[in-house]
Amino acid sequence: MSRERISGWGRTAWTSADVVEVRDVGTLKTVVGSQHRRGVIARGLGRAYGAAAQNAGGIVLACADDSRVDNIHLDSSSGHLTAPAGLSLDAVLRFSVPRGWFIPVTPGTRFVTLGGAVASDVHGKNHHVDGSFGQHVESMKILLSSGEEVVLSPSVKPTWFWSTVGGMGLTGVVTEVTVRMLPVESSLVMVETKRLGNLDDVIASMSGKSDDEFRYSVAWVDMLASGRSLGRGVLTRGNHATASDVGGSEPCRYDPKVRLAAPPWVPNGLLNKFTVRAFNEVWYRKAPADAHIGLETIPAFFHPLDGVRQWNALYGSNGFIQYQFIVPLERVDVLRTVIGKFSEAGVASFLAVLKRMGKSNSAPMSFPTEGWTLTLDLAAGSSRLPALLEHIDEMVLDAGGRHYLAKDAHVSALAVERAYPRLEEWKHIRDEMDPRRLWVSDLARRLRLVEEAS
Amino acid sequence: MKNGLGVPQNIVLFGGTSDIGCEIVRQLIQPGVANIVLVSRDIEAAETRWNGLLNDDNQVNVHHVRFDGADANGMVDVVNGIVDDIGDLDVVVVAHAVLGSESDFLKDPVAAASVASINYGATMVLLLALGERMKQQGYGRLCLLSSVAGMRVRWSNAVYGSSKAGIDGFALALDGELRQYGASLLVVRPGFVSTKMTAGMKKAPLSTTADAVASVTVKAIRGNGSVLWTPAAFRFIFGVFRLLPEAIWRRLPLG
Repeated sequence: MSRERISGWGRTAWTSADVVEVRDVGTLKTVVGSQHRRGVIARGLGRAYGAAAQNAGGIVLACADDSRVDNIHLDSSSGHLTAPAGLSLDAVLRFSVPRGWFIPVTPGTRFVTLGGAVASDVHGKNHHVDGSFGQHVESMKILLSSGEEVVLSPSVKPTWFWSTVGGMGLTGVVTEVTVRMLPVESSLVMVETKRLGNLDDVIASMSGKSDDEFRYSVAWVDMLASGRSLGRGVLTRGNHATASDVGGSEPCRYDPKVRLAAPPWVPNGLLNKFTVRAFNEVWYRKAPADAHIGLETIPAFFHPLDGVRQWNALYGSNGFIQYQFIVPLERVDVLRTVIGKFSEAGVASFLAVLKRMGKSNSAPMSFPTEGWTLTLDLAAGSSRLPALLEHIDEMVLDAGGRHYLAKDAHVSALAVERAYPRLEEWKHIRDEMDPRRLWVSDLARRLRLVEEAS
Repeated sequence: MKNGLGVPQNIVLFGGTSDIGCEIVRQLIQPGVANIVLVSRDIEAAETRWNGLLNDDNQVNVHHVRFDGADANGMVDVVNGIVDDIGDLDVVVVAHAVLGSESDFLKDPVAAASVASINYGATMVLLLALGERMKQQGYGRLCLLSSVAGMRVRWSNAVYGSSKAGIDGFALALDGELRQYGASLLVVRPGFVSTKMTAGMKKAPLSTTADAVASVTVKAIRGNGSVLWTPAAFRFIFGVFRLLPEAIWRRLPLG
């Protein structure tokens, strides 16, 4: 056990905790067997942007462990893959893609653990077609604060299962996950790329029936463009390429590489409205004006930022937050106003992604609902940001929208109460699963998700 | 719990009527702040003052707590009471202090002990209690208002200055300890500040205002430093002052 300063991927709100390396369920049971004044939380690869996997003054279980690839079991007839929850999607993909199976849902990084994917109920570019990660989980094992390890599935203890999906690790520690994998003929994606001159065009292209013909669809949006170009973007949509699309003898060859690393020290303010504006212009112009179709690799299409190790350090010591919200499909007006507010304020967002989401699932705390979700990276240092975001939060909440807890670093407890109508139901089930109130995180404290034991 | 934008949810001020302390806390309030606790000897005066400071649209819960700055025995209970009330302490500003009148101390030497207790002895107990809490929390930012008067003590304010010298030294050492546990402390060393505490006194060179001290302090609280001199020039001036032979130091026309 060692005392460490910990933050989320955004490198803000650092707190200190005792970190326990977890290599087996035995270690877990020992930790859970003792009393902890400030509780315990499981941490995977620390890709949640905010404070979801840190626990000030308490215990943090370091669960990420890629050494256990030999414990992956893939049933090649059903496509059910069972693996320890501390394994990363990276390790799973290295195992499964050459065998012709793809992970059914991947977020923008493959460096998340299976346990983290469940706890955040992550979604990807295919949400409009396939829903979020939890919907593809056949079953899981979870260690409760009682020390008991139980199996949960949509048919066995369904309320516990769905409260763990999107439950931010506050119901227990997921130890093993069985996922229904997606069969693929190749490791490439047939991608259509096109540039769209303003928000109306982006919305229209993503709303039409044609969008459902693509399993994957997402738009990059230039948050600094204004006037007639407000909300201009680049839409990329794709489907897994067939073996004949790819040709060759090894259509499922998969060899992801991390090519670059962020420099060890970066000044605050490197990513400012001038540098981002320049980048956006180049990125927009680089995309073809007319639709272009081509083959892309899994890392290039799904995980472009994974190519740069520690890219989160590019925001300097102040760190950054990722602001992700969703509003109902008919509230495009809110999107337009929000993009306008950011453009007006000159607050630069290096990464801005728009996606049309499909229907919600049975998990009370799962983020996705049918609507538009916009995701922005914002440097955290600006003193104007709290007031600007409070204003935008209000607009989102008034429109019936909500914020994604796996990204959140700033919303109020009240915002979660307003946006997640099943919060009380979830808290009730959570307390039933953890009567000791052992599980707690900095996120849970800030948002009052858990009544701490005193 | 502080948020990712560096906004504290819970702020505590010791010295709820202190001009500088009030201004620091007022400037710290922004969206995300949930509770402010104002700890004062004279609650009524603090209430009156804060009613004027906060707009109606602030969604902050304001708590008033009474304490006696000279009562070392009561400090631990005061801190525990606040924690029971609001939970984790994100930012705590310790701003209460007394100046006293140096000429009166010669007539009533015992009065000096009370100044020493409020500015140093009882405050040390308070910082220990707050520090222990922040160590347990694994985070938290303490801010102590010290003074350049403690950096090299002069006879004209020797009781006040030496009490500040004591608490300044203690606080800096405590900062080193806290940093091993994720928390930290900021010592603020203002020069002469025109406030109700110094009303009627002759202004010293480089005098400043509560507003100016507060705005640099708020930036420093958001940052990660251990010491803030304000105005900043004092850092260099006292760098020289501290090296002067005593005989020269005493003759300097500084009042």
